[in-house]
Amino acid sequence: MRQIEVAQVTQAVKAAAIAANYEPGADLLAALARGAEAEESPIGKEIFRQLLENARIAKEERIPMCQDCGLAVVFAEIGQDVHLVGGDLDQAINAGIRQGYAEGFLRKSLCHPLTRANTGDNTPAVIHTEIVPGDRLKLTVVPKGGGSENMSRLFMLKPADGLAGIKARVVITVEEAGPNPCPPLIVGVGIGGNFERAALLAKKSLLRELGQANPDPEVAAIERQLLAEVNDLGIGPQGLGGRITAMAVHVLMQPCHIASLPVAVNIQCHASRHQEVVL
Amino acid sequence: MAKTVKLTAPLTDQDVLQLNIGDTVLVSGVIYTARDAAHKRLVDLLAAGEPLPMDLAGQIMYYVGPSPARPGRVIGAAGPTTSYRMDSYAPILIKLGLKAMIGKGKRGVEVIEAMKAHKAVYLGATGGAGALISQRIKAAEVIAFPELGPEAVHRLEVEDFPTMVINDCQGHDLYEHGVREYRRTTAR
Repeated sequence: MRQIEVAQVTQAVKAAAIAANYEPGADLLAALARGAEAEESPIGKEIFRQLLENARIAKEERIPMCQDCGLAVVFAEIGQDVHLVGGDLDQAINAGIRQGYAEGFLRKSLCHPLTRANTGDNTPAVIHTEIVPGDRLKLTVVPKGGGSENMSRLFMLKPADGLAGIKARVVITVEEAGPNPCPPLIVGVGIGGNFERAALLAKKSLLRELGQANPDPEVAAIERQLLAEVNDLGIGPQGLGGRITAMAVHVLMQPCHIASLPVAVNIQCHASRHQEVVL
Repeated sequence: MAKTVKLTAPLTDQDVLQLNIGDTVLVSGVIYTARDAAHKRLVDLLAAGEPLPMDLAGQIMYYVGPSPARPGRVIGAAGPTTSYRMDSYAPILIKLGLKAMIGKGKRGVEVIEAMKAHKAVYLGATGGAGALISQRIKAAEVIAFPELGPEAVHRLEVEDFPTMVINDCQGHDLYEHGVREYRRTTAR
């Protein structure tokens, strides 16, 4: 068994939370640059240019890319040969979020659901742990904005609805969202599993490098078709009209019950932030 | 054709009546921030017959919850939040003289009707450009509900703060207009 001190987890989560909010990934910057070239709408082109300029200012001036520094979603893939020592893993992750959001001057955006009193330190994080082979611990910190999360949907379809039904729901979700979730979007789609698994698949699909196709050619084809249909809506950057409503559609799919066809659509704004660290 | 207009708050009826959807408005002067929790507080104060922390006549409300300022800085990132969540409160404030709201995303019918009836406009700022927008904010001060943290009401001094007219006083909607031009589908 390889031992990892949970204090290392705290340090890693803290650094990742700060980096995610200040340093847009190379894949996102490349997609925004492609958008600035390809978008036909003059306003849309200008929006892409503003987003590139915003990313530059964020990094150079140390201002978060977006004031919504997100609810912190943390994926922890724990190798089965890892022994975590020195404390509680969940507490260690939350300590990393607490420290990162304080020291990184990030907005604390969590509150009591009814009183709406702010928890003051952006905890608790939403933590997904998974046991995997090996002796490493992979942590992925995903600050997720509220505006795009609000426009996400889950559908429990009938098997008879098929691929056409799935596509219709994805397109309707993006259409109803319109300008609200800050397009140009990344649309995460989870197909199959069950009620909660479909949502998790949709969220996980957003972690993939932007624009990389699903390795399964059948699923990759669905992604291409969905991207074309979503962009035919004409919503465009910021919903002001244009060719690029979504920069990518990412799909993850797995088997489901013979009675079911769960489909989840997790909308991601252009401020797609995720930072990975392997211990 | 769309024009660029420089306006300084507080605004007059004439200031907003000249605006059409698609116009660029560079806002200067004092604007106030309020988002979900602050709107509820403001409307609760009104219901209780108590005074508001600011006189709304001619003012501009910016839907934003900024990130904290680093030492020596005015403010952190400060881009708009999604406006529809303020739709149930906005008509009450418009009736009291609010002349403009800055946010992002669609507004409901009641808000658009209130803007027509009382001569107000809805201005869009670029969502997710919080670092870029923050550079147009020259001063910031919390004036009410500090316990709400990022949702506290701030008084901001802005200079050429970039916005675009989404809904004018005539009830037009830039989103509908813009999307119609690029739509290629008959879905729905």
